[in-house]
Amino acid sequence: MSRHTNAAVSLSDLLWRRPNLLLLILILPPALWLGIIYLGSLFALLAQSFFSIDEFSGVIQYELTLKTYGELFRPANFDIIVRTVVMAGAVTIGAAVVGFPVAYYAARYARGKWKAIFYLGVMMPLWSSYLVKVYSWKLILAKEGILNWLFETLHLGWLLNAYLAIPIIGGNSLSVSSTGTFLVFLYVWIPFMILPIQASLERVPHTMLEASGDLGARPYQTFLHVLLPLALPGVIAGSIFTFSLTLGDYIIPQIVGSSRRFIGQAVYAYQGTAGNIPLAAAFAVVPIVLMAFYLWIAKRKGAFDAL
Amino acid sequence: MHSDRAPMGLKVAAGLGLAFMHLPILLIFVYAFTTEDKSYQWPPPGFTLKWFAVTWGRTDVWEAMSLSLKVASISTVIALFLGTLCAAAVSRTKFFGREAISLLVILPIALPGIITGISLRSAFNLAEIPFSFWTIVLGHATFCVVVVYNNAVARFRRVSGSLVEASMDLGANSFQTFRYVILPNISTALLAGGMLAFALSFDEVIVTTFTAGQQQTLPIWMLEELVRPRERPVTNVVAMVVVIVTFLPILGAYYLTRGTDTVAGQGK
Repeated sequence: MSRHTNAAVSLSDLLWRRPNLLLLILILPPALWLGIIYLGSLFALLAQSFFSIDEFSGVIQYELTLKTYGELFRPANFDIIVRTVVMAGAVTIGAAVVGFPVAYYAARYARGKWKAIFYLGVMMPLWSSYLVKVYSWKLILAKEGILNWLFETLHLGWLLNAYLAIPIIGGNSLSVSSTGTFLVFLYVWIPFMILPIQASLERVPHTMLEASGDLGARPYQTFLHVLLPLALPGVIAGSIFTFSLTLGDYIIPQIVGSSRRFIGQAVYAYQGTAGNIPLAAAFAVVPIVLMAFYLWIAKRKGAFDAL
Repeated sequence: MHSDRAPMGLKVAAGLGLAFMHLPILLIFVYAFTTEDKSYQWPPPGFTLKWFAVTWGRTDVWEAMSLSLKVASISTVIALFLGTLCAAAVSRTKFFGREAISLLVILPIALPGIITGISLRSAFNLAEIPFSFWTIVLGHATFCVVVVYNNAVARFRRVSGSLVEASMDLGANSFQTFRYVILPNISTALLAGGMLAFALSFDEVIVTTFTAGQQQTLPIWMLEELVRPRERPVTNVVAMVVVIVTFLPILGAYYLTRGTDTVAGQGK
């Protein structure tokens, strides 16, 4: 046996006899990478949020202060936070309403070929390009686009105009209204809601639904009192994604929507042209805190088993 | 008695839901052939193949495409390495900090992309690292690890310990066991994870806007076109190509992991 293989054999023996050494070798590279690059960066961000900026010179003062966090509560900034949270909540509810039937059908009724179609039908939009998805809505919502054409062809243009006249959710056209932003958010994040709901519904035993029927429950009662409570952890798990993703997005409201800002846009603007990194960092902490709070509630409701 | 026929209302709602998720993407395919070049007019006044030729001749598109492919390839390789190691460690033993490690892997994708992005940017600034190809890769590899990890960890759990012990009893050393017993068992999961990581990196824009300097990946190129449209027909064609390029790895990953207990893609 050559020396080379001898070394390999003794190293192999060493690793077999000392599983902890092997474990250390396995875990060290990923732990170092994520620990240094990712956690290190997160801490760098957190640290920045406790600095402040001199309002006259625009220079960052490296002294620990809560002043920057105080600025979040200025009306202009606080509005941004409220608007984003309301949008995230609306998108989450919308995704649950539109996504539930898809998940329910896929979990309960789809068999064989249809099961695969539903699976790919959710997976393809999930993985297809984010920007292309946003772009497709720019095409749809444009004034000369398909949606307006559809309303005109059906002679329902007046209905669309009446809807757009409503303040806050309306606007000059769909592509610059909050409704437009909502639709794009809903479209882009809905697969994240469907998958966990489907997973939780698939775990509901058939026999339980039959038992409910045997005990005299009408289908809607079975749905309301048996199926829905069992699917709730899945809905909450999905809402974690839709809520978190909407909170942090800055591209969709920039491309489709009114000029009113969202948290992500504020972060982007403050760190970029404004050069106010402390305030950008403080803004970025808002979604982290909101998500931590949300996750804490979700965990208490047992949503993590449905992930 | 429970019937296996779905109520009509549910069928319609599920069908509408699926249509809502697919029609917008299909629209892209129509727009790639339109003769209209100033607006997003519907219905298209005519159809042409001209814009494919125009796009083919555009060097900026080719440069962005090649940068994206390079970044995605290297990030995928790094993610495969780190994700597999991590999955091997987490699946085979219970150790102190195991939960923390699995949380750490998921965190870059659980927190909104803008936080990962701005964190990396401020860290690069503090450490005075100039933006380059490698800063993009650093960011991408970090959030791609989770995809490989999720696929690999499910498969590692299914490779039974007795198989490994049998191999060792028959005289194979650790490396031979890895090469001839473990690797063939996990290879399809790794391939699927790698493909998904590639698709994820190829498409990523939010983190990239923070970690790229002057370079343009394809998504950044598209973002520019979305914010300030210059040549709409070229954007339409590029959008269609991107759909096809990401479609293939996803379909591949699906066929590779079909029939196993965990199917690829759940980790995004």
